[in-house]
Amino acid sequence: MTAPYEPWDATRGAEIIAEHTGLEGATLVILHALQETFGHVPEPAIPMVASALNLSRAEVYGVFTFYHDFRKRPAGRHVLKLCRAEACQAAGGEVLAARAEARLGVALGDTTADQRVTLEPIYCLGLCATAPSAMLDGRVVGRLDEARIDALVAEAQR
Amino acid sequence: MTMRLFIARDAGAVAVGADDVALAFEQAAARRGIEIEIVRTGSRGLYWLEPLVEVATPQGRVAFGPVTPTDAPFLLEAIISDGPHPLRLGITEEIPWLRRQTRLTFARCGVIDPRSVDDYRAHGGYKGLERALTLGADAILADVTTSGLRGRGGAGFPTGIKWRTVALASGTRKYIVCNADEGDSGTFADRMIMEGDPFVVIEGMTIAGVAVGASKGYIYIRSEYPHAVQAMNTAISAAKGAGYLGAGIGGSSHSFDLEVRVGAGAYVCGEETSLLESLEGRRGIVRAKPPLPAHQGLFGKPTVINNVLSFAAIPFILAGGAKAYADFGMGRSRGTMPIQLAGNIRYGGLFETAFGITLGELVDDIGGGTLTGRAVRAVQVGGPLGAYFPRALFDTPFDYEAFAARDGLIGHGGIVVFDDSVDMAKQARFAMEFCAVESCGKCTPCRIGSTRGVETIDKIRRGERVAENIAVVEDLCNTMKFGSLCALGGFTPYPVMSALKHFKDDFGPATHLQAAE
Repeated sequence: MTAPYEPWDATRGAEIIAEHTGLEGATLVILHALQETFGHVPEPAIPMVASALNLSRAEVYGVFTFYHDFRKRPAGRHVLKLCRAEACQAAGGEVLAARAEARLGVALGDTTADQRVTLEPIYCLGLCATAPSAMLDGRVVGRLDEARIDALVAEAQR
Repeated sequence: MTMRLFIARDAGAVAVGADDVALAFEQAAARRGIEIEIVRTGSRGLYWLEPLVEVATPQGRVAFGPVTPTDAPFLLEAIISDGPHPLRLGITEEIPWLRRQTRLTFARCGVIDPRSVDDYRAHGGYKGLERALTLGADAILADVTTSGLRGRGGAGFPTGIKWRTVALASGTRKYIVCNADEGDSGTFADRMIMEGDPFVVIEGMTIAGVAVGASKGYIYIRSEYPHAVQAMNTAISAAKGAGYLGAGIGGSSHSFDLEVRVGAGAYVCGEETSLLESLEGRRGIVRAKPPLPAHQGLFGKPTVINNVLSFAAIPFILAGGAKAYADFGMGRSRGTMPIQLAGNIRYGGLFETAFGITLGELVDDIGGGTLTGRAVRAVQVGGPLGAYFPRALFDTPFDYEAFAARDGLIGHGGIVVFDDSVDMAKQARFAMEFCAVESCGKCTPCRIGSTRGVETIDKIRRGERVAENIAVVEDLCNTMKFGSLCALGGFTPYPVMSALKHFKDDFGPATHLQAAE
């Protein structure tokens, strides 16, 4: 299971921002840190980051929306990422991704209605010699087959 | 005597159970009442044998693999009694797949403890930096030039020229940036070396700092590589502790500091100017060149930006190996290339060898063909922006110019193998789709061209006016190739055009897949 996230708190947010404002080009570092704490980048944090780094809100919002990693709202309790890049395609990843979608009843990119599992595509985990591969809450799994994908899905649903 | 075992902590090994195997050995040894030490190394790169377990013997390390946790107790008995075991592979270094390689950059990967400066030094580490510190900047640059090293990220630009440009640039503040945004599917050499021998990257960057007069470096690692991020951070702390980073490195008057920065899932940030924008805390929007990063790079300062493998090649070269490095290879491609065999392949992994080996040798002979046992139909070389090659081009030697002459590229050295069930029109569509999703949006050919490309290939696959729409795709590719600002839009035509050229039968109503199944 992913680490339990803290609910948004402006004081806590300000502390996290202040920890990194001294760094060169701190925007991504701060957004990562906020997401690690709160599970997403809460909207009220955007003007706070802007003010701390002497940037406009639009600039910070632009950075936030440019990168695939940053979330507007928290993911499900578990995040299952399936590699959909060429090496995993060549090794049969597409069929397994469809199987995971069917088992969870959601499409890649969506979260189950009970908020348990977010299923996401990822474009290369660098595990291309043990393809197809996946990542469940930061744990990497290679040489996926039907049995392994079923086990991963079941684990994520627990 | 304590038994010493070696099991990789490399993400590729962990993904197939290396952590569980290590735990099983600890438990089996505890039950058996014997003392063992498990060194968690990088991977040797023979991924079909992972989890690989090695044991130190007077004759050298002996390997077993692929090992499962349930094998552990029996394997332990076999090791104690020096008896036979079905998974026994003999002396690791004698395994033909490893013996056939020329490991200059990856010499220590899978051998040493990636957290230990002492182990790194015991295996020849920091000899390059020590010599560099006595040589001075000019002689370092001369060595890098002599080696013939070209940028291993894919562009193949001569590293010596890049470094000299930065060395000659005026300014007291300069930067060294390591591009570890290894986003190409089918490539994992950067990840492996960062996890298996991180000090070689640190040493290479430090030497660059000494050569050009920079005292600060950044390693930009993609967020999809949490194990590599951790390994690099651990190694940087260890190097600082040992006096190899910080003020007065290696007892000299030079200072050099390193910091890891983590990307956020944007493929385009592997492009060097986009990476610099991202490091500066902005959207990863590509910059127009000139100015070159060597003149105005990070925060507008002169910057050496190189791929992980380029920096990792430097310590060997500076340890007196410049000439030896240049003696390997063919034509203008000097030295060795860590080639990555991936996808639907029987013997996948890291194969470092001199330039000049043919694509056919790599795929059929070394890679052993497909894992599914079906015929190899196509291989994509160089990531999502690389061309698909049919068997007819398997005589192409692995060389920057030879691949370019056949409308391909070696890129970062990844080879993805597909069997005869592949639908090449679908792969061409994917290339356009990937470009559309990952385009930074700055230039029109890439942003719009890729979206139109997806739509047009869809029409072809539905059988709508196939000939005319193929002409549209060719026209789009031409515009993207010559009109895009960077390699994302500029090289997406390679997979698309190569699929069209070599696998034209697949373009039309989608019948191919059904026929193959």
